[in-house]
Amino acid sequence: MLHRYLRNVVTLNLDRARCTGCGTCVEVCPHGVLGLEASNGRKAEIRDRDACMECGACAKNCPSQAVSVRSGVGCAWAIVRGRLKGQEPSCGCGEPSSGNGSACCG
Amino acid sequence: MDKGVAAGGAGCSGLGSCSCGSDTALLVDAFDASRVPGWVSGTVRTPVGVAPLVKTTLSRSDVIGSWKARWGIGRMSYRVTPGLYGVGAPDEDSPVLVSANYKMSFDRLRRALAGIDAWILVLDTKGINVWCAAGKGTFGTREIVERLARFRISDVVRHRMLILPQLGAPGVEAHEVKKQAGFRVVYGPVRADDLPVFIAAHGKATPAMRTVRFDLIDRLVLTPMELVAAIKPALILLACLFLVKLIGSPRDPFLTLLIGALRGFLPFLGAVVMGSIAAPALLPYVPVRAFAWKGWLLGLFWAVFFVFFASFPMRWEVGLFYLLVLPPISGYLAMNFTGASTYTSLSGVVREMKTALPALIVSAGLGMVSLIGGLITRAFLG
Repeated sequence: MLHRYLRNVVTLNLDRARCTGCGTCVEVCPHGVLGLEASNGRKAEIRDRDACMECGACAKNCPSQAVSVRSGVGCAWAIVRGRLKGQEPSCGCGEPSSGNGSACCG
Repeated sequence: MDKGVAAGGAGCSGLGSCSCGSDTALLVDAFDASRVPGWVSGTVRTPVGVAPLVKTTLSRSDVIGSWKARWGIGRMSYRVTPGLYGVGAPDEDSPVLVSANYKMSFDRLRRALAGIDAWILVLDTKGINVWCAAGKGTFGTREIVERLARFRISDVVRHRMLILPQLGAPGVEAHEVKKQAGFRVVYGPVRADDLPVFIAAHGKATPAMRTVRFDLIDRLVLTPMELVAAIKPALILLACLFLVKLIGSPRDPFLTLLIGALRGFLPFLGAVVMGSIAAPALLPYVPVRAFAWKGWLLGLFWAVFFVFFASFPMRWEVGLFYLLVLPPISGYLAMNFTGASTYTSLSGVVREMKTALPALIVSAGLGMVSLIGGLITRAFLG
């Protein structure tokens, strides 16, 4: 059965003018959010925005910086931890002093 | 050193003690020579040094180690020494696969490579799995470029291609690796088990191989860590219940008090099970989207069952207390499972928490007020 998370929250953005249609973003997306247009210059297109988990793989691997997203961990514990420490949300995995309370590093 | 690791034809006395010539240098970060891991079967010689050969079968200690890590035992030190390893009989034309140094990730990879000749380049991800390490950047461009240079991989193989797990992509700029190190990055399948098919198809992955799943079994293996996280507050609560019993009837024997405390703990245990096990297990079937909501609903089921069926009749303030306090406990625990899930976005979790956290706290607070209010009223009215 398909997992679906909240609607209309994702920060994913695609600048069609910059896209060269190389298809790397389509390849790295773990949720099939992006695809290549069948015609129309064969550029990338966002097919399932709400399935995006903001991992940032597409933006990071776009050679022409056409894709942008505010990436981060979708983890409640990390967000609480970030607030308490006044930092960006981070699960603290791999840090010596981490009192990690979730299974995100498994 | 006594496990046959010196038998690789390297002309070297064994792992960990190779300070001989450069072509016999060990291609992994310092091994503890007295404790060569059981999954090393020998060595393989390359033009620039000697790499350990690894087995493609998992031993009982590998399986037990995985199980312990799932329960959080020794989890943060469940690591593999970073470096270059060989599988099968790798040569200068064998593919180079990049991995994290979390032992469970590494085990999955070598098990999938049975019958394949390949190199495994293990990065130093501080013992974190590929996906989380990529999010943190430790499975990243810089680490790859540095490792390629340090172990002179361009002299080990003739081709210029690296196979990375697809879930490493959030940390790696493929085009930068190409620019800085001259290696072309090919993203392999999400799951190591698909690697043989991927390699046989000359680096072509099907859409199914590229998609992350989160099946029942994937979710269930993560629940022990959720339970472990709930143990400490649970013990504190149990101690508090014991104290309450002790103050209420100080002359009772210890065992009676303990049974009383455990009985008082039962409704909370149910709430924890709902939030930490039932919510992950039933994740796609609970017809609301926010995790806190899913857990809250399941917790409400339990609270209603407990109040109206399992222990009816009970005082109204106690019943109200359970109905207001138990669902938020399940909701909070389920909300924490967002970190273990494979599909929640940062923006989504922030949005969810903005509403859920105050609601859960207010509900639990009202529950406390109801309990204390009821007790006080009863004390004054007799």
